[in-house]
Amino acid sequence: MSDVPLLSIDGLTTHFRTERGVVRAVDGVSFDVRSGETVAVVGESGSGKSVTALSVLRLIADPPGRIVSGEVRFDGVDLVTLSDPEMRAVRGNRIAMIFQEPMSSLNPALTIGMQVAEPLNRHRGMGWPEARRHAVELLRKVQIPDPEKRLDSYPHQFSGGMRQRVMIAMALACGPRLLIADEPTTALDVTVQSQILSLLKALTRETGAALILITHDLGVVARYADRVNVMYAGRIVESGPAGAIYARPRHPYTRGLMASIPRLDGDVGRRLVPIPGQPPDLAALPAGCPFAPRCVNVMDRCRVERPPLAPVDPTHSKACWSDV
Amino acid sequence: MSEPTDTILQVENLKVHFPVTQGIVIKKEVGRVRAVDGVSFTLKRGETLGLVGESGCGKSTTGLAILRMLPVTEGRILFEDEDIAPMEGRQLRAMRRRMQMVYQDPYGSLNPRMTVDDIVSEPLEVHGLGGTKAERREKVSALLELVGLRRDMGSRYPHEFSGGQRQRIGIARALAVEPALVICDEPVSALDVSIQAQVVNLFEELQERLGLSYLFIAHDLAVVRQISDRIAVMYLGRIVEIATRDALYREPLHPYTQALLGAIPIPDPEIEKARDFQPIVGEVPSAMRPPEGCRFHPRCPHAMAKCKVELPPLVEMADGRAVACHLHPG
Repeated sequence: MSDVPLLSIDGLTTHFRTERGVVRAVDGVSFDVRSGETVAVVGESGSGKSVTALSVLRLIADPPGRIVSGEVRFDGVDLVTLSDPEMRAVRGNRIAMIFQEPMSSLNPALTIGMQVAEPLNRHRGMGWPEARRHAVELLRKVQIPDPEKRLDSYPHQFSGGMRQRVMIAMALACGPRLLIADEPTTALDVTVQSQILSLLKALTRETGAALILITHDLGVVARYADRVNVMYAGRIVESGPAGAIYARPRHPYTRGLMASIPRLDGDVGRRLVPIPGQPPDLAALPAGCPFAPRCVNVMDRCRVERPPLAPVDPTHSKACWSDV
Repeated sequence: MSEPTDTILQVENLKVHFPVTQGIVIKKEVGRVRAVDGVSFTLKRGETLGLVGESGCGKSTTGLAILRMLPVTEGRILFEDEDIAPMEGRQLRAMRRRMQMVYQDPYGSLNPRMTVDDIVSEPLEVHGLGGTKAERREKVSALLELVGLRRDMGSRYPHEFSGGQRQRIGIARALAVEPALVICDEPVSALDVSIQAQVVNLFEELQERLGLSYLFIAHDLAVVRQISDRIAVMYLGRIVEIATRDALYREPLHPYTQALLGAIPIPDPEIEKARDFQPIVGEVPSAMRPPEGCRFHPRCPHAMAKCKVELPPLVEMADGRAVACHLHPG
């Protein structure tokens, strides 16, 4: 792991213009990712975790969405300022993405071989025969049995888990420096989930690529992530090494999440402690801290002034006025 | 939790097979999906039985077959000591008042064109309960309050509610006819983490207040552990292990139960480091062509020669536990 971050997101703000007003989906998000590191972005639906990932890859449809401000420095270059052709040369090449839905993210009309070979043809200028030979190796790497035979199959002939392996093979084709996996296993069965995540972790370890893991599952984060960013209402509310965040969560939302999930090793017969209320409407955010209406430690200041993400120690930060 | 006294539901050798046909004019059966293939269990009054397994294991089909929303191929379903498998017509409708279902999808299971009042009072009308219109309205308001919504929310439409609130509406609808048994099919898996706990707690509170019995179908073993007294683990249409909650999680005996528990990460990086997790191989095969012998043998790390040819029966062991595995012949 080097000291210079591979990816440095600084003040990223993405808005969507809707009939109901401006939705502040990502509202000033900053974090770094270093080579070889697995960084989790964890949050519930509407927290802005997926829009953060899509903004990094400039995959926000405009209109209605737009990156309003902020920088996304990757290898020293601000991706936000790149032209569309320059950005296309980065996507699927040096940064690759794995989506949640292995069913709808593959083209049903093209063979698996075509789809895995495409990034090699496009970004590496490889001829199709050579790209196909590489595709066999990639499918073998993601542990698809009989890769030579499966090359001419179509997505519908694969199970959900196998399709997600194909997605990983496609993402790895050009040897990306950064992989972004957005809920990569949410649509899969439990035993297959763990196969896919373990494979993803092993492959990034082998290639030294960095991995951004976007998930709502605190168990998955604990098993695979080095660093964690907890998002709520478009902002990072807590950030730090996984060990520190789980041992001593500092933000009331993080603490609330941990108390509300049932665990395999939890006390039996004890009621869960839910977080009261509902997540906020991103088109009508309250003044001050967006978590204040649901917070057990809320103070007067929280309702008027937004807390910045500030360090509690050199590696761990929280956006909260309370000292609890 | 209330003390279970007697058996409310007894399922014996339940089979639900779906024929696979070929041909348009002359249909020919070319195969069968054995979605549920010989499932037996009992549920006591006031108890929660968790039914867990991966997609395609037959857990939802089992739930639907018990409600007779799918044709039963074979087997007996004794509900309050009466076999409901052969029932038809009015008899079946009367029985359904005693057992209700809560569905997974809080968006798709509520009619968007009906108000909450109409949604919750519809089962009362169907079963000729609830008296006058005014009495029904009053009953609906009480039900909304019972599930943690405001009495005055009845005039709203489903789209005005969040996922968690919609699931509460679905629960109110199920409870309207005062059932004894509620079959919950993945009732919290579509909800956000912070909302899941609210709904799980609601299920627990309602059980205490109303003495309900739950068949709780889910894939999330941590949620199932929270809510269940006993748990049945299904794989490819069969129960492979059934045990009390504490026994199952402390000492899972079937290799599939062990694999399922191992696959679920514990939200603590220190514990995860110490666990040194190794995923099991393969995926669930098609229920149309289940493997010979033990259905789990192609993925089982302990498979023996016998497992490839002989289907292990579910063998009763001490304290109500049962396992279907040649490693545990009883």
